[in-house]
Amino acid sequence: MRLVIVILFLCLFFEVQAQKYKSVEGKVRFFSEATLENIAADNAKASSVFDESNGNIVFSVPIKSFEFRKSLMQEHFNENYMESDQYPKAIFKGTVTGFENKAGTQKVSAQGDMTIHGVTKPVNVDGTMELKDGQIYLKSVFKVRLEDYNVKIPQVLWQNIAEEVEVTMNFIYQPI
Amino acid sequence: MAVILCMAPAYSQDDLMNLVDEPDDKGYASATFKGTRIILGHSVETKSKNELEFLISHRFGRINSGAHNLFGLDQANIRLGLEYGISENLNVGVGRSSYDKTFDGFLKYRIVQQSEKGFPFSVVLFNSIALKTTPKEEDDPTYELTDRLANTHQLLIAKKFSNNFSLQVMPVFVHKNRVESFDENNQVAIGVGGRIKLTKRLALNAEYYYRLDPPTDSPYKNSVAIGFDIETGGHVFQLHFTNSVMTVERSFITENRDDFFDGDIHFGFNISRTFSLGGKKEGDW
Repeated sequence: MRLVIVILFLCLFFEVQAQKYKSVEGKVRFFSEATLENIAADNAKASSVFDESNGNIVFSVPIKSFEFRKSLMQEHFNENYMESDQYPKAIFKGTVTGFENKAGTQKVSAQGDMTIHGVTKPVNVDGTMELKDGQIYLKSVFKVRLEDYNVKIPQVLWQNIAEEVEVTMNFIYQPI
Repeated sequence: MAVILCMAPAYSQDDLMNLVDEPDDKGYASATFKGTRIILGHSVETKSKNELEFLISHRFGRINSGAHNLFGLDQANIRLGLEYGISENLNVGVGRSSYDKTFDGFLKYRIVQQSEKGFPFSVVLFNSIALKTTPKEEDDPTYELTDRLANTHQLLIAKKFSNNFSLQVMPVFVHKNRVESFDENNQVAIGVGGRIKLTKRLALNAEYYYRLDPPTDSPYKNSVAIGFDIETGGHVFQLHFTNSVMTVERSFITENRDDFFDGDIHFGFNISRTFSLGGKKEGDW
């Protein structure tokens, strides 16, 4: 009996050490470099959950929360390109490899499915994760080809919008 | 047994998806209309803070004026205007129209914006003052400065029903300080306007102003307009057919001489270009 109680306490202990982390800060920036103008937009409303036990990680990025310097661009981004009423979120579901529960910055990669503009593609994304003071700091920079996700740019705007945009992710996680 | 008990449940990716935060946006309806005008009159759209719009409104002569006038293209009525966003909700604008050589200024204030979790309509208050400089003082010395003025007070109430369909109702009161003998100083009208998006960058718009109490012998007609919005980047082109050559509320709502259904139709267009001045700073991280 005593043994069972000890085990239960141990279980509780391990449960507290739960391997799930949730973002307390989630920032996504995209940057498009083109002949006529560079376009950047920031989104601070992204959310992510990471399960350390099996490496599963998910991201959810609300498209309407991207903020542009020019509000007209933001309107066009939502109305014409991303069709965010129809496809309100960009989502990634995948698995992180290379993360170990130890201090210091570690190179990791995530493999999984990215859904943007209603189109799902398998992707492999590199980044870094750092465990510090019980928090995980995740950083990643990768490219997204607009064509892959069926985002159409009209010919007259080819010089304004790059075919490939750079996405930067900055997340801070805390255990849940 | 104990080991199984102790294993913290590993979450699948879908389980994790249920844990992510939902954004706390109110879901404001944006782009109820493409431009700040439906066709002739204002829409609920306002320029954002620090945005400046240059708007050219152009109406040709009557299409049924014959081949000699190149179906109206020989005649031109034009308004040049500037509009600026003092804040997201407050716009100020000035313009000058060739018809009656009129100067106008307006304030446009958004009282509430339609949102998913909030109010179901957008409501905008529009006030303008117009000064016509025709006739010239030396031609008709009986005209005082105040005689030349007219005020418009208008409430714009719009709903974006879907991405493709928006509707606007706009009660309007026009006061003219001096009018022709058969006309009245105060006029109330109710306008209805709508938009159907045909493609992402092309929309079909229609607009109608019904005068509630026109003077019995008034030769003036209600204003009718139908047209297309074409959008390319920072420009919006609006091409339309209307029975109004005028571009200020006083004229096109209450002093419209042509009858749309009698064939007195004018071709016209609005072209706008938006410039961003100043603007939000980009955070660096």
